[in-house]
Amino acid sequence: MLENYLPVLIFIVIAFVIGAVMMGMGFMLGSRKPDSEKDSPYECGFEAFEDARMKFDVRYYLVAILFIIFDLEIAFLFPWAVVLGEIGMVGFVAMSVFLGILVVGFIYEWKKGALEWE
Amino acid sequence: MELLDSFLPHGLATVIWIVLKIVLIVLPLMVLVAYYTLAERKVIGFMQVRIGPNRVGPNGLGQPIADALKLMFKEIILPTKANKVLFLIAPLLTLGPALAAWAVFPFDAELVLADVNAGLLYILALTSVGVYGVIIAGWASNSKYALLGAVRSAAQIVSYEIAMGFAIVGVLVAAGSLNLGDIVRAQDGSLFHWFWLPLFPLLVIYFISGVAETNRAPFDVAEGESEIVAGFHVEYSGMTFAVFFLGEYANMILISALTALMFLGGWLSPFQGTFLEPVFAWVPGLVWLFLKTAIFAFLFLWFRATFPRYRYDQIMRLGWKVFIPITIVWIMVVGLAVVLELPWWFD
Repeated sequence: MLENYLPVLIFIVIAFVIGAVMMGMGFMLGSRKPDSEKDSPYECGFEAFEDARMKFDVRYYLVAILFIIFDLEIAFLFPWAVVLGEIGMVGFVAMSVFLGILVVGFIYEWKKGALEWE
Repeated sequence: MELLDSFLPHGLATVIWIVLKIVLIVLPLMVLVAYYTLAERKVIGFMQVRIGPNRVGPNGLGQPIADALKLMFKEIILPTKANKVLFLIAPLLTLGPALAAWAVFPFDAELVLADVNAGLLYILALTSVGVYGVIIAGWASNSKYALLGAVRSAAQIVSYEIAMGFAIVGVLVAAGSLNLGDIVRAQDGSLFHWFWLPLFPLLVIYFISGVAETNRAPFDVAEGESEIVAGFHVEYSGMTFAVFFLGEYANMILISALTALMFLGGWLSPFQGTFLEPVFAWVPGLVWLFLKTAIFAFLFLWFRATFPRYRYDQIMRLGWKVFIPITIVWIMVVGLAVVLELPWWFD
């Protein structure tokens, strides 16, 4: 059972090694002529002013929070979906109630305007 | 395997054997990715009544190799203000998962590296890691354009990941298994047993979400060259940029292949159950899978040549207010059909 996952582990390691080797080759073969102008953050010809780690819209946080709720929901749906054929109507109704609560929350956030980007 | 076992300790022989198989998957994949970039330029060229690249080798077939060589010899710029370690980890986090996801991918009935039961869960998990590459790249670059691009891109990717996850749940309900091989076997029978028919809305949503996930046109506000230059990878050059680029194209092929697997019957012959089945019985399943994948891979390119870029609020509206409600409804429809044993595509 668990030895089935050994190739997966090796594959993950190799996948990252490939990327690292490619970047390593870039470092070895490419030229290196550092220059203070070249290495400064790109800003359309301007001298970079202010800090680049600036404030951004709070709605991005909101999207991230909503994402966590829905992603958890998907994690709950996965095992249910796999065995739905066996647990039958009872399982279906139980999940309908659960999804129903989620949908109520979804309608609430929709009406509250959390999904609006003007 | 036996040969290796004869002169090496068993554990080491197993590992080397696995590594050989992985190389057999990754090498063709890298070639495919390289030529997919050429195909993109050619296809879009023809759609715009141009010829596309045609200088390097016959019909421009040497172009991807020339591109790779050129990028290899380019200088890698490490911006002075950047967080160097994270700056270099970010491209790896984009390419790594895009390659590693193929570990559980069944290419034919018996042709799979790791036949694990949590296959689809593993793929969903790995494709989710991709967003870290984007957000780390944007933050570590310490540049305004990069940060803006990363934040936009991250919000867009996570939004569409929900629709994508719900679409996958629909497939699970219909197939009753997380094992990718079993999902294909559940579609056995004929063209009309494939899931594209009962799960048609989910097919459309899954693929469009895939386009949005990979930040491809028309959902490419994260790159938006006319406003934020190149988005999260504006500070990357040379090989570090190439790794991002490879990751993006590997992801596009992965999404295409997964769509073919989950909705178009993977390696199954389209002539199953018809009088043509014996005529095409000699065609290996790998070829069918490749052709089906090519359909979706072509759609990626076609979209880019056809659609103008969406506005950001339109993208978010499509993801949250259209796709998520449709998928929730369709999961309930499919779930009800399975519970009532209605599905005629099951026999």
